[in-house]
Amino acid sequence: MKIGVLALQGDVAEHLQALIAVGVDAYPVKTAAEIVGIDAMVIPGGESTTIAKLARSFDLFDLIQGRIRSGMPVYGSCAGMILLADEVTDAAKGQETFGGLAVTVRRNAFGRQVDSFETDLHFQGISDGAIKAIFIRAPWVEQIGPEVSVLAEVAAFGHNHAVAVRQGNLLATSFHPEISGDNRVHRYFVEEVCRDLVSGK
Amino acid sequence: MSDVTPHVVGTARVKRGMAEMLKGGVIMDVINVEQAKIAEDSGAVAIMALERVPADIRAQGGVSRMSDPDMIEKIQAAVSIPVMAKARIGHFVEAQILESLGVDYIDESEVLTPADYENHIDKWKFTIPFVCGATNLGEALRRINEGAAMIRSKGEAGTGDVSNATTHMRKISQEIRRLSSMREDELYVAAKELQAPFELVKEVAATGKLPVVLFTAGGIATPADAAMMMQLGADGVFVGSGIFKSGDPAKRAAACVKAVTYFNDAKVVADVSRGLGDAMVGISVAEIPVPHRLAERGW
Repeated sequence: MKIGVLALQGDVAEHLQALIAVGVDAYPVKTAAEIVGIDAMVIPGGESTTIAKLARSFDLFDLIQGRIRSGMPVYGSCAGMILLADEVTDAAKGQETFGGLAVTVRRNAFGRQVDSFETDLHFQGISDGAIKAIFIRAPWVEQIGPEVSVLAEVAAFGHNHAVAVRQGNLLATSFHPEISGDNRVHRYFVEEVCRDLVSGK
Repeated sequence: MSDVTPHVVGTARVKRGMAEMLKGGVIMDVINVEQAKIAEDSGAVAIMALERVPADIRAQGGVSRMSDPDMIEKIQAAVSIPVMAKARIGHFVEAQILESLGVDYIDESEVLTPADYENHIDKWKFTIPFVCGATNLGEALRRINEGAAMIRSKGEAGTGDVSNATTHMRKISQEIRRLSSMREDELYVAAKELQAPFELVKEVAATGKLPVVLFTAGGIATPADAAMMMQLGADGVFVGSGIFKSGDPAKRAAACVKAVTYFNDAKVVADVSRGLGDAMVGISVAEIPVPHRLAERGW
């Protein structure tokens, strides 16, 4: 199984390192030929508006969107979550997303960088202890379609907010497991999300 | 299924992590809301809000300070991407003000007139992360030791002359490669020579890179300049005067963003370099007397 990390902008190297550590063949992708050749994709943390604009400028947007719709497993962290969401609140003017996840995501929901934080949280499907989660100008999930499962939540401003969700082939987290040194979310993606869809072809 | 520990802000991972998310991107200097929107629309990963771009600071002279909080807040309200702002070297109260405004990163910058010729800001005391300039590895490691969560190699800001940026990017990577080739018992003397903490020197020798993200800045005026910095090993690029002192800022800004992503693809860099109009006129660093060179500030 070949996993491509979308390498238009963001913390590509950290995702590659985490994927390689869980034993899969992972490499950066930023051309149509490279994206056609992968079985699964990771959309990294970064600036969601920048990544979307670059994908549009270089004719990758429809290709990626098409592959998501046709069932390619994709995991997005932070900016990646925004890019997988069908709807975005507090979007930049004209901001586009690939979509696929039936959720509404609020950008920069926890505040500015001074509000960025780390915490430990339970992740449904990862049973061997809490995971270390790093939130950086992070989004959260506000509205969730019936087909979406919430895998993790955090409390903020007096409420619990969904920060990890899955819908079939798509996995998204508000936080950045790739910079925590804890590879269990990447392992979950490879073993749970990718396995069925890739081997079932 | 919820969080089990209190939320901790301002950790090294949170500060350094913010810079990781900027990698492969362009951070643009802007002086008003209109420019901020152009930068965001062109694909900037962040913007630097300041009252005068370095080219104007250079032309007008005088003491250059932190920007007016009103101006910074207007820009924060106008865009959704991260907003950075500059404090003078050693001016910890300007940094406190910028933190209270909720800017996303503070640049302790030699482009402004230094406020302290001995001490830089103790950046560990702040929740907000800092980026600092460096001309060599020792300077970079001293800044990291003071709490900088991101380094930018210095060029000669406001010139449109990329030569100093080239020199300093090469210098930092050469010194990292030199450390990597050393025996462990040679690192003590290396640390002494670099005037940097031994633990950081040892870490760089072992990993072959800085422990924080390394951008480059100063004198970058064209997509080709930006792509060259990326090929020399920068994680991303600051473009200051180069964009809004040019003939067609929106087009040049977007071109720099594309050139940074596809820095290894000469065809893309060639395509985005077409028809950009006039680049900033600029000034050769060699024509600037040494006491007026901004990169020499900081130590």
